[in-house]
Amino acid sequence: MSNATAAAATSPSADAAQSPLARLGAAFVGRLVIIIPYLWLLFFFLIPFIIVFKISLSQTAIAMPPYTPVLDFSGGISGFFDQFKQLSIDNYTWLTEDALYFNAYVTSVIIAAISTLLTLLVGYPIAYGMSRAPATIRPTLLMLVILPFWTSFLIRVYAWIGILKPEGLLNQLLLATGVISQPLIILNTYTAIFIGIVYSYLPFMVLPLYSSLEKMDYSLIEAAKDLGCPPTSAFWKITFPLSLPGVIAGCLLVFIPAVGEFVIPDLLGGSQTLMIGKTLWNEFFANRDWPVSSAVAVILLLLLIVPIMLFQQAQARAQEQGK
Amino acid sequence: MKSLGSIRRDFAPWNDPNAKPYIQFDNVTKKFGDFTAVNNLSLTIFEREFFALLGASGCGKSTLLRMLAGFEEPTAGRILLDGQDLRGIPPYHRPVNMMFQSYALFPHMTVENNIAFGLKQDGMPKPEIAARVAEMLKLVKLEQFAKRKPHQLSGGQRQRVALARSVAKRPKVLLLDEPLGALDKKLREETQFELMDLQQKLGLTFVVVTHDQEEAMTMADRIAILDKGEVMQVATPPEVYEAPASRFVAHFVGNVNMFEGKVAERTAQTTRIAGATGAQIVVENAGDAAAGADIVFAIRPEKIRISSRKPADAVNALEGEVYDIAYLGDMTVYHVRLDDGQMVRASTMNAARVTEDPLSWNDRAWVSFRSDAGVVLTR
Repeated sequence: MSNATAAAATSPSADAAQSPLARLGAAFVGRLVIIIPYLWLLFFFLIPFIIVFKISLSQTAIAMPPYTPVLDFSGGISGFFDQFKQLSIDNYTWLTEDALYFNAYVTSVIIAAISTLLTLLVGYPIAYGMSRAPATIRPTLLMLVILPFWTSFLIRVYAWIGILKPEGLLNQLLLATGVISQPLIILNTYTAIFIGIVYSYLPFMVLPLYSSLEKMDYSLIEAAKDLGCPPTSAFWKITFPLSLPGVIAGCLLVFIPAVGEFVIPDLLGGSQTLMIGKTLWNEFFANRDWPVSSAVAVILLLLLIVPIMLFQQAQARAQEQGK
Repeated sequence: MKSLGSIRRDFAPWNDPNAKPYIQFDNVTKKFGDFTAVNNLSLTIFEREFFALLGASGCGKSTLLRMLAGFEEPTAGRILLDGQDLRGIPPYHRPVNMMFQSYALFPHMTVENNIAFGLKQDGMPKPEIAARVAEMLKLVKLEQFAKRKPHQLSGGQRQRVALARSVAKRPKVLLLDEPLGALDKKLREETQFELMDLQQKLGLTFVVVTHDQEEAMTMADRIAILDKGEVMQVATPPEVYEAPASRFVAHFVGNVNMFEGKVAERTAQTTRIAGATGAQIVVENAGDAAAGADIVFAIRPEKIRISSRKPADAVNALEGEVYDIAYLGDMTVYHVRLDDGQMVRASTMNAARVTEDPLSWNDRAWVSFRSDAGVVLTR
């Protein structure tokens, strides 16, 4: 009898002792799952960024690599800390002194913004048409949008040279049909850059737009018409506001890489175009000034991260209010 | 005075030869490719009527509604509203509003803005819009939800917003596509009565599409029963139930027992029917069925009495065996296999808590009914 009571008395306490441990273990496993993406970001984003940031604070040196070392333990502890004293923001002040960099940033942002708008104008009707197409052919249309990815990006941009150059396909066609008498000069102008960016980034605009338009219930448009709203007005009052998340996602997906774009302005824009991606490349490979180009890269990142964070904040607020 | 079923309100313009039809479908046909959704259909609906289009899915009832709203154009025929041919008039210029089955509430707008949407389209002055929206919110009892978005509402509340939005413009005709389809049973029954009240209060013409016969019977002044794009019968709920025009209608609305047979003998008062399986049935109202004609005698389960002994005074009494019993609380349904093999369904109201003459499975039983309890169908 006393044994039974003792067992009854101990077993709940044993359970109580075990369950917090088990809970801790479960919590740890739960954390582990979240840790994986964080580790990924740490190793492949944060650490490289810190290295770039450190280089941007170093000085150029005739060496291999061409800058003062990132972390040098040869001088012992005191030498290691002495290195921090050598770090300077000279490279950043240099960026403000030479108008070239500022101009390159501004031009890049303007070109990226115009290209994004053009991509939206071209992509929206495509995505809209796809979302209204019979359900049976939608997968085929999606496939066609993704199809260009099967060929190398570089080759596709080179192909545009063949199309846009003065004696290229476009001019031959227009001359042959008599639309123009003089070949159009498109290659090596900003127009060529816009064409290149719109062409290359179109899928990144179309896909998010399509996914938000496809979800939309068509009866909403019918309801708007039923309540006295003509089709154009119904588009602006119902379809467009409801596709805004897709518009924003598509614009960010196009704008962000377009700002730092190097290949398209280099191949299609010719030598006189000034974009930050090209400036970066020049600093790295032509001038071999890694610290300055790192500074350019850091500023570019900050330039892009601010609008993204603002957007995310706005979205979180919208979600809290219950959209 | 005798009458079919019960009378709900004193409103019957369809019996008045001078009444002007409000909505007219004139030989309307609608084809989608090879498929004929509506086939040479004619129908008239009167002002202030609560009209139900009842049918199984694919019978063309929704197509009729969508043609009235302007989302589809008839392939042939014409639709008139208050004397005006609607052909070519886009939905946004038609004086009709629709309440969608999915409600189609604009998810990015508040309840208020949803209701105000149509009013803004008409360019109504702001103070008037605000007043009308407040009035509508009060009508559907959603005053405190004005600032909510649709996804913050329950199904029943959304239904009421959709209703408020569709009546806010005071349309000549309100079209309702399965208005109660998404609600649970209790809420549906409550809302049926709310809709009827609303229709009375606003004095609008309602055209409702439904596949739920109970819903149609409860709410509508008249019901059109559709099948394969054609009208089978247009009549008041009691007429549809008590005097169905055809086997299809009798079968579609409620439960029914059908006796296949021939008219054996006609006299001035009564007609004797020889059932195909041997039963002899005497009826009063045989309509225009001629002697010798193949007919069907249809009788509703609640009009059949069931007893363990042959009732002494019954005109029609048939003997059989109890095959199945379903106790439903308010009533009990008996399935009786007659001696000639025919199955008969009889239902009895459980008016008292205890039964004097209890019947059990496999008991011998008699089913009996009056000579005016059923109808003779020639189609």
